Amino acid sequence: MGFYLAQFLTGLASASSLFLVASGLSIIFGVTRIVNFAHGSFFMLGAYLAYTFVNILPHGVLGFWGAIIVASLLVGVIGVFLEITLFRRIYKAPELFQLVATFGVVLVIQDLALWIWGAEDLFGPRAPGLGGAVRILGEPIPQYDLLLIVLGPAVLLAVWLLFNKTRWGTLVRAATQDREMVSALGVNQSWLFTSVFFVGSTLAGLGGAIQLPREAANLLMDLNVIGEAFVVVVIGGMGSVPGAFLASVLIGELNAFGILIFPEITLVLAFLVMAVVLVVRPWGLLGKPDAVLRGADGPPEQPLKPFTATSKYLVWALAAALLATPAIADEFVLVLLSDILIFTLFAVSLHFIMGPGGLVSFGHAAYFGLGAYGAALAVKYLGVDMISGLVVAPIAAGLGALVFGWFCVRLSGVYLAMLTLAAAQITWSVAFQWQDVTGGDDGILGIWPAEWASEKMAYYYLTLALVGASVYVIRRIVYAPFGYALRAGRDSQLRVEAIGINLKSQQWMAFVITGIFAGIAGGLYVYSKGSIFPDELHIARSVDGLIMVLLGGIQSLIGPIVGAVSFTMLEDLVTRLDYWRIIFGGVILFIVVIAPEGLAGFARKILPESLTGKKNEGVQI
Amino acid sequence: MSLLDVTNLCKSFGGVRAVNDVNFSLEKGEMLALIGPNGAGKTTCFNMLNGQLKADRGSVSFQGQELLGMNPRDIWRLGIGRTFQITATFASMTVRENVQMALISHHRKVFSLWNRATNSYAQEANSLLQQVGMEHQADRACGVLAYGDLKRLELAIALAHGPQLLLMDEPTAGMAPQERITLMELVASIAKSSNVSVLFTEHDMDVVFAHSDRLMVLNRGEIIATGTADEIRSNEVVKEVYLGGGSTFDTGEKEKTSA
Ligand SMILES: Nc1ncnc2c1ncn2[C@@H]1O[C@H](COP(=O)(O)OP(=O)(O)OP(=O)(O)O)[C@@H](O)[C@H]1O
Ligand SMILES: [Mg+2]
Repeated sequence: MGFYLAQFLTGLASASSLFLVASGLSIIFGVTRIVNFAHGSFFMLGAYLAYTFVNILPHGVLGFWGAIIVASLLVGVIGVFLEITLFRRIYKAPELFQLVATFGVVLVIQDLALWIWGAEDLFGPRAPGLGGAVRILGEPIPQYDLLLIVLGPAVLLAVWLLFNKTRWGTLVRAATQDREMVSALGVNQSWLFTSVFFVGSTLAGLGGAIQLPREAANLLMDLNVIGEAFVVVVIGGMGSVPGAFLASVLIGELNAFGILIFPEITLVLAFLVMAVVLVVRPWGLLGKPDAVLRGADGPPEQPLKPFTATSKYLVWALAAALLATPAIADEFVLVLLSDILIFTLFAVSLHFIMGPGGLVSFGHAAYFGLGAYGAALAVKYLGVDMISGLVVAPIAAGLGALVFGWFCVRLSGVYLAMLTLAAAQITWSVAFQWQDVTGGDDGILGIWPAEWASEKMAYYYLTLALVGASVYVIRRIVYAPFGYALRAGRDSQLRVEAIGINLKSQQWMAFVITGIFAGIAGGLYVYSKGSIFPDELHIARSVDGLIMVLLGGIQSLIGPIVGAVSFTMLEDLVTRLDYWRIIFGGVILFIVVIAPEGLAGFARKILPESLTGKKNEGVQI
Repeated sequence: MSLLDVTNLCKSFGGVRAVNDVNFSLEKGEMLALIGPNGAGKTTCFNMLNGQLKADRGSVSFQGQELLGMNPRDIWRLGIGRTFQITATFASMTVRENVQMALISHHRKVFSLWNRATNSYAQEANSLLQQVGMEHQADRACGVLAYGDLKRLELAIALAHGPQLLLMDEPTAGMAPQERITLMELVASIAKSSNVSVLFTEHDMDVVFAHSDRLMVLNRGEIIATGTADEIRSNEVVKEVYLGGGSTFDTGEKEKTSA
């Protein structure tokens, strides 16, 4: 009995710190509609800054809590700085831009933290006077946990009072419902948003700071916490603070008891719960239906054009160049080119669901990874040859997409994006935790191509052939009735249903198609590297895909190709540098703010008509 | 049996009875106008007829088949086309492609993965566009069309599957007066030539009186009068509703283009 109580209390204590992060995220989302990946970075900064101030300020109770408060407030100020310099510019941008921009911030902050605090884990002191444990029903419960258990509800109360008993809170709630109304009230809306950012990031900072006595400050905290925070926010209902509290407790307890019952799948549990909640209650436990879905603002996409004669020549010239490259290039170049080709297919398949499909997928790595793991597992357990492995890859990914897609197409907008993310995290967790089968963190090694393809040049040609064919097929599908029906559904759901098209099944099928092609990319990848690790399924990989699509420009079919090529080359260039993330993040932010139509869109504006086939009519993109 | 029989149709939003016990029927080839002041419940009626909105009660029978409970796409397949008060078209396609989309769906080709959509049913699309006078703009992006042209495009889309019944919610809203007459003449001639029944709402009384076989007046969710143009014109209750309600029988500037 005592043991279960102890477990229950541990669950509540973790729920509290989770709640602090998640409530901040939820508040910021509720008002600004930004899905902020950088919120995890705020959490991490809170922990690091608390570490610094604990060491600067005099030791003792006052010094310790002083450090925690100063650290949280400082994170709040950092949040304000980012809001003013960056987020403010992207409130009206499509979700994809916002997400990628906030991920750029994650990268920059990671490197800044590395630069300031170094790569070592930093252990904070115990809270003065709370280092011991009290016995409850014979079980030792850390005093600090008890404090956290109280802190969660206390913060919930404080936030509730702030939102319901102050004029500021009234305005913020009004802004959550209707942005225009608040500006009509004559309130300076931008400062309202800024103040919301301050509150939200301060809460994240506090969450990180109070975590210090329990967990060493480290550079992985940001992405580790953001996944769970998303889950909590989505389960609770985006924008709902009480919902976030309820969901934190749910997830905290689920983890505390789940570890007793299914130690292997604790990581999956949270995401499974989220998927179930979203299917039953698409707006979370206490959320409200999101009536207004904000698609891509701005002028509508141009109608599809067939290749012009000039662009056809260019395509053939490019194909010839790619075929001829092995004659002049060395192995390194061929390996880099193979990588570029593989990620081109990855990006093109992602673009298919996001561009024509209009469905923002935050978890495309799932299908890439399912393809790679599918092939790797088939080799490991069935000993299949390479050709069969490359056949298994798209099948595995396609089946995964069939299952995940069924759930996802029931939702739309941000919730859909979150569910795709959850799907990816589920596959990642399985790959990571199901050690007996997948090898866990150690991955699966020794997946080499068949004899005839083992030369770098041969594998390059194989890759070129498969990627070329796949991209061609995807292009055909986009121009075929299926692709048109998908675009049609994106443009006007009302109209497609009124001309007899079942949009959901159209979108479901699109998920399967995109999964199959991402799976081919994954299969090619695993044979080119000879191994596969759970990292390939991680959020970062999904975001890579998003960045490629964004880099190239979402409104053009050439976009993802341009994006994948420039991304992979840029990555190859900068990852050799020490602080590559900051450069990379900087590039991302630059593009989001300066060239939001992407490289291809940018080029389209300046290239002659013979290439783009555009007519100068009406609004140009 | 009429083509369409609506009985005891009801719909409330919260406490508001948007449509209250509406009964009417529509004959083959008939042009029936549903008029009434803003907020009378006309669009709500349409939305229930084409399955977009669940009715609270009542029955809608189309050639003997019950429509309530069916979804919009299945109702469309029975041969009922619809245009919207605020046009719903595919902005990222050309005018012709918009019509082709409806044709592709009609021929059940939406899962076709290989042929070019732009080459599918292009002739049929062209002749539909010709019918509504949009053939010259067939290759323009739908996103840059003038509002009146969008309305005509919607008509072409709605005609694509050779419907027996057209539901047109304010087909001429946002058009210049002369354009309205032309468009409604067009609708009337199509209705005559292909024996299509049309149920439409309209604020422009010139249009209504000129082009409807019969009129129904809806006020606060209830039908308060049914009859020919002359009967409605001289109906005291109707005059009361329109004059008392702030709307008038003449139109022009009072027109409202958005819901
Ligand atoms: N989704 C909804 N939720 C709540 N109330 C609604 C909804 N749709 C319509 N209503 C209400 O039902 C009533 C009828 O609206 P409806 O749109 O059917 O009127 P209408 O006759 O089409 O008016 P208009 O001439 O302005 O188009 C109005 O009072 C409206 O406010
Ligand atoms: Mg209406």
